[in-house]
This record gives sequence, structure tokens and C-alpha cells, in this order.
Amino acid sequence: MMRALHNGLSLHVPEPWCRPGSKANFDAFDIPAAGSVARPPIEVEPFAIRELAYSLVRVIDEQGNATGDWDPCLTADVLKRGLRAMVLTRVYDNRMVRAQRQGKTSFYMKSTGEEAVAVAAAMALDRADMCFPTYRQQGLLVARDWPLLDMMNQVFSNSQDRLKGRQMPVFYSSREAGFFSISGNLGTQYSQAVGWAMAAALDRDPRIAAAWIGEGATAEGDFHHALTFASVYQAPVILNIVNNQWAISSFSGIAGGERTTFAARGVGFGLPSLRVDGNDFLAVYAATDWAAKRARAGHGPALIELFTYRAEGHSTSDDPGKYRPGSEAAAWPLGDPIERLKAHLIRRGDWDDTRHAEMLAEAEAHVRDVGKQSERLGTLRSGARPEVSSMFEDVFKNMPPHLRAQRDEMLR
Amino acid sequence: MPQMNMIEAINSALDCVLASDRNVLIFGQDVGYFGGVFRATDGLQRKHGRDRVFDAPITEAGIVAAAVGMGAYGKRPVVEIQFADYIYPATDQLISEAARMRYRTGGEWWSPITVRSPYGGGIYGGQTHSQSPEGIFTHVAGLKTVIPSNPHDAKGLLIAAIEDDDPVLFFEPKRLYNGPFDGHHDRPVQSWAGHPASAVPAEHYRIELGKAKIARPGEALTMLAYGTMVHVALAAAQEAGVDVEVIDLRTLIPLDLQTITTSVEKTGRCIVVHEATRTCGFGAELAALVQEHCFYALEAPVMRVTGWDTPYPHAFEWEYFPGPARVARAIRQIIEV
Ligand SMILES: Cc1ncc(C[n+]2csc(CCOP(=O)(O)OP(=O)(O)O)c2C)c(N)n1
Repeated sequence: MMRALHNGLSLHVPEPWCRPGSKANFDAFDIPAAGSVARPPIEVEPFAIRELAYSLVRVIDEQGNATGDWDPCLTADVLKRGLRAMVLTRVYDNRMVRAQRQGKTSFYMKSTGEEAVAVAAAMALDRADMCFPTYRQQGLLVARDWPLLDMMNQVFSNSQDRLKGRQMPVFYSSREAGFFSISGNLGTQYSQAVGWAMAAALDRDPRIAAAWIGEGATAEGDFHHALTFASVYQAPVILNIVNNQWAISSFSGIAGGERTTFAARGVGFGLPSLRVDGNDFLAVYAATDWAAKRARAGHGPALIELFTYRAEGHSTSDDPGKYRPGSEAAAWPLGDPIERLKAHLIRRGDWDDTRHAEMLAEAEAHVRDVGKQSERLGTLRSGARPEVSSMFEDVFKNMPPHLRAQRDEMLR
Repeated sequence: MPQMNMIEAINSALDCVLASDRNVLIFGQDVGYFGGVFRATDGLQRKHGRDRVFDAPITEAGIVAAAVGMGAYGKRPVVEIQFADYIYPATDQLISEAARMRYRTGGEWWSPITVRSPYGGGIYGGQTHSQSPEGIFTHVAGLKTVIPSNPHDAKGLLIAAIEDDDPVLFFEPKRLYNGPFDGHHDRPVQSWAGHPASAVPAEHYRIELGKAKIARPGEALTMLAYGTMVHVALAAAQEAGVDVEVIDLRTLIPLDLQTITTSVEKTGRCIVVHEATRTCGFGAELAALVQEHCFYALEAPVMRVTGWDTPYPHAFEWEYFPGPARVARAIRQIIEV
């Protein structure tokens, strides 16, 4: 991944490892063996674990065994819940994309290939911990058993949409689920999460905050504000960077990934920084658990880079075939998070193909049923909508006279 | 003459200036290999080289700051902000730096930069892919603001903007990229093909900044519009059956006051339309100017038809958008005064 610089007196403009027409190639990626990284005690000094920002925490090996001291030693029950949440997230994503293609909503964004990043983290955090996600962590809501119906209603902007038709699809918000409102403007949530964590610390509240950001968006100022505040005030926050290699058509090198790892961003701020196999459910769980225990014990913030791959297009508006080889997802050396956890469960003797197929069928039936239910409550193009006049509400707590006048004018 | 839609016309303008001036370079999110999420820079990297058309990190502040620095060196950068809604992180560099560079240094330094950005609604983009922030920037001393309404103007104005030595914000009405949208969202989508303004010369030409255009001559009232709303205004005039003079401002700063006042002196009535929120929008400035300069010619108060003072709601896009029905209603109303 790191490349030598030979620019002479010219401007270096990074180019990815391959483009459409060439074969997918991840040879330059250095993938350490599962279990090869030691797990430090939670109270460790950040300086002492600098090298963790440059290695890769992995637990599930190629045979499906859990190895090394990052193994979180979870029960089969917990693992099956994790597997189901990841499967459900993927099935849900697929159905919503189909609904978008059928014109029932305007837009959708999948998290395919990145389900472990959200699901394993949600399971390692306490239910009361506060999440500041991007648009690609719908798995947090699924893992927290938030009703799919509520999510779909938002995607369809229908009569029961809790956000009253105001937000684009997938820009969920749920105070009850500890899921902060998604902005659309990249990066803003990252420094807000630190503020939330500082406030919790002020109140000696045991809850912590967790934030996610894409590797592309780490270039935004908000990313750097977050690291500065987290470091200065030692806020109880987990700062996750989801390095899925692509930011729309820009590969991670455009965000600085050619020169160092994204986890290494934390080192300069004195944050303990882990680089983790994001497609390894156990590794994501273990790293989140480590950082959460550390923060809750009063040892401050931590940064986690989740090394993963955006297996599908950026959104329904995107055609990745225009800028990367179609074979890339299949060639991704860290595999698929669902397949890997499934293989691990089978290896343990806790799962088999039949049960997996049954679970998949059950998830598909569930999503189909809920989908029909939600569509009966309206979609963007037909059926019931939120009250039109409600678009003037919540601009302010109390509607000022000029908005009343505009509302009346609209309804005339 | 070649036929172009607005994206092709913008692409052609960029191609022309890349060819005519070695100091021109283009960068922004996804503009390089991919050619931009709206395809405005399609093929330009292949043709002009990777060090003249390239992807930028996702930091609007960084993009504009780098452009200011390149401008100080002597380059003429053209940057793309992927959506006007994402220009806000760059406001400090635009407002405190680019806008004032010439002034604060007595002309020693300046910022010959162009910031292109798609703006406006009509694509179900919700509150972060639909905004019209022009009024925020027209309020700033030292920034020029240009908004084309058709392919021919887009090319000529963009070349003039890039060749201008002052910082120019070039807002592109994204709903017009592929066709002349008149606000009738429930009718079949129209393309630019066959529209007179889609005849775009392949070669380099400029349209002087600060010159409005009469999009439709008329006697009964003056309607001031720009961008998408020019087409809405034309449709509304026809539907109301009133002889409206529609002025396409094209450049907001510097403003062609002469064309406006000549028209209002003639018609005695004026409606200002824009998609942006009403309060402190550019329409407020236009209304103030019209009453300052044409008070004794006015037979009715100046009216405004604009977006409401709310964020752009996803599901209520068409209730929010100041479409032809609302504009036609205002026409009928002002005519009765
Ligand atoms: C401030 C801002 N600038 C630009 C955009 C447009 N945009 C939306 S998503 C995206 C790419 C983000 O990539 P990354 O952060 O890597 O996250 P990923 O989509 O890969 O999950 C861009 C440029 C935006 N939403 N906000």
C-alpha cells in the first residue's frame, strides 16, 4: 500500500492500484496473519502501542478458527445474533435498492461488505452508548433491534416517517436507539460525538460515545477537530474510521492513504490507535470492546481504523464500473464478513449450511412482510404522506409569524 | 453548430480554457478519472493530463484554500464543489481570504479562482443536495456570482469567469443540466435537443460578466429571474397569458442594473423570483434596488416568489419549489393592482 515517491520536480497525483479493464489487484496489500497482534491491557499508554496503528488486528483465520489474544471468546448465542443482524442488514439493503429501482423512493445507500463494522460494534457497545454514524452504518440500528418498519418508513418518506418526509432516504435518526441524526454533510458528526462524550464526562456519566467516518471524509476539518478535542479533553469516545478503500470514485490514496495508514492519524494526537480487519466480526467486536472498556474506565478516547471494502456502488446514483474493475470485490483479500462469521460458527460446530439457509429465508420473509406493511403506509411517489403543512414546523421550536404567513400562503 | 446540453457546454468551456491557457487547472472531488458526479469534467483528464485535471481530497476548505494559494503563485484554478450545499466548510477561505485578497494587499495579491458548483432542487436531493446559497455570497464584498440558465450562456459565462482576475462563484442549476426544466415536474422530462440555446459554438467565446439578457420581451410587467427560475418564469408568463418581460440576470454580482431599470420604467411592475429561501435572499436586494431607482414608475409594490424559509424538504420538494402555478398567481395579482 505504501509506495515510494519518485516525482522529481513534478506534481504527484495518486492513482489507484487498478482501473476498469485491468485485473483487480491487491498484491500490494500487506495482510498479517490472524492472531499475530498482541492485545495490550486497556490502561496502556498510547505511546507504547504505536505499532498497532500500522498492523492489523485479525481473529478469524482462513480456516474459520478464532486465534490470538484478541479473540473476544463470545458464546454461540451472541455470534448467531451477530450473524443474523448482518444477514438482516444485507437483505434489507437489497430490498430497499429494489424499491428505489421501482421508483418507490429517490435514493438508497447499501452497506454491503461492511456489515460487521456496524453490527459487531453495536454489540460490543452498551445499548445506552451514543452512536454518531455515517449513512453506511444502518447495521447499528438493526443490531439494536430497531424496527425495520421504522427505517423503511423513513426511506419511503411515508405517512409514518418519524422525520416527517424531511430527510433523504437512509438519513435516519433515533434518539431512542442512541443513533444520532445523519447530516449529509460529511464529517460533521465526528466532532459532535466528542462534544457529547465531553458532556458525559462532565456529568460523570458511564455512557460513552462512538463515531464513524469514511476514510475519504477524514480529509474534512471536522475529523481533525474531533481528534484535537478528544485528545485535549481525553473524552470518552471511540473514533472509528471506516476505510472501505473508495470514496465515490476516489480511492483511499486521494485521502492520504498512500503514505501511511488512517489509524496512524491518531498517533500524532496521542490517541491509542488500532488498525482492525473490518470484515472480521470478532476483531471488530474485540477492538470496540477494548476501546469501550478503556473509555469507561477513564482512560480516554481511542481511534480504530476498520479496514474493509465497499463491495457495491457508492449509492443508487453511482456506477462503480466506470472507475474500478468489476472483479475487485471478489478479489478483496479480507473476504466477506457474513461468510467469515458463518465459517467460524460452522468450524466451532455451532452452525451449518441448512440452518444458515433457513435463517436467510426467514430474514427475507421478514423483510418482505415489513416492506409490504411499510408500502401500505405510503411511498415517496404514491399513497399517504406526512401532512404537507408540517414542512413549516420545527424550523424553530415555536413557529414565528413569517413562517405562519408562508404556511398560510402555501395552503391557499 | 454543435448541439450541447448544459453539461456538455460546461465541459466544452473547460476544455477550451485548458487548451488556451497553460495556467488553468481543474480539481475537485471525483473530477479526475471519473469526470465528476455530474460528468462535467468527463474526458478532460485523459485529454489534458493528470496534473491539470485531478481528484481532490474531501475537504472543501482545503480545495478553496489550495486554489487561493495556486492563484497567488500565478495559476488560474477552477475548482468544483460537488454540491453547493457542501460549500459551507469553504466559506472562511472564500469570504475572509479569496474575496479580500486584492483589497487587503492594495492589489499586490489577488485570487483569480473560479468555484463551480451545482445548486438548486428538483432532483429529490433533500436538504443537502438542493440548496441555493447564492445570497450568502452576493452579500460578501469581493466575490462575483454567476448563474447561467442555458447551455450557450453557460459556456460563454464560464470562460469569462475563468479568465476573470477576481474570484467568481459559478453556480450551475443542476435541474437544467439535461433539459430546460420549467417547473412542471409531472410532465415528461425535456431535453435540450432542438432548443435554440443548445446551439453552442465548439470554439472559445466569452459572454461578458455583468450583462443580463431579455429572455422574453414584454410590456405588462418585469420579471427578474436567474438559473432554473428563468424557465419557470417563461412558462408562468405563458400560462397567465400576460405580456411579461422576463430578464435573465445571468450575473448577480456585478449586476446589470441598467437593463433592470429600463424594463421596470417601461412596465411599471416587477416580480422577483428565486428558488432560494426568501428572507435576506438576493431578491431582497433586487426589490430594494427597483424601489430605489424606479419608485416613481412603479404602479404596484415589487413582489417576490421564492422558496419558503425552511430547509428543502425531501418529500415536499414540489410544495417547496416556487413553480409556475405560484409564479402565475403572482402575475395575476400584480396585474390587478
Ligand atoms: C461536506 C461534503 N462534501 C462532499 C460530499 C459528497 N459526498 C458524499 S459521500 C462522498 C464520499 C465519501 O466517502 P467516504 O468518506 O470514504 O465514505 P464512504 O461513502 O466510502 O462510506 C462525497 C464526496 C458530502 N456529502 N459532504
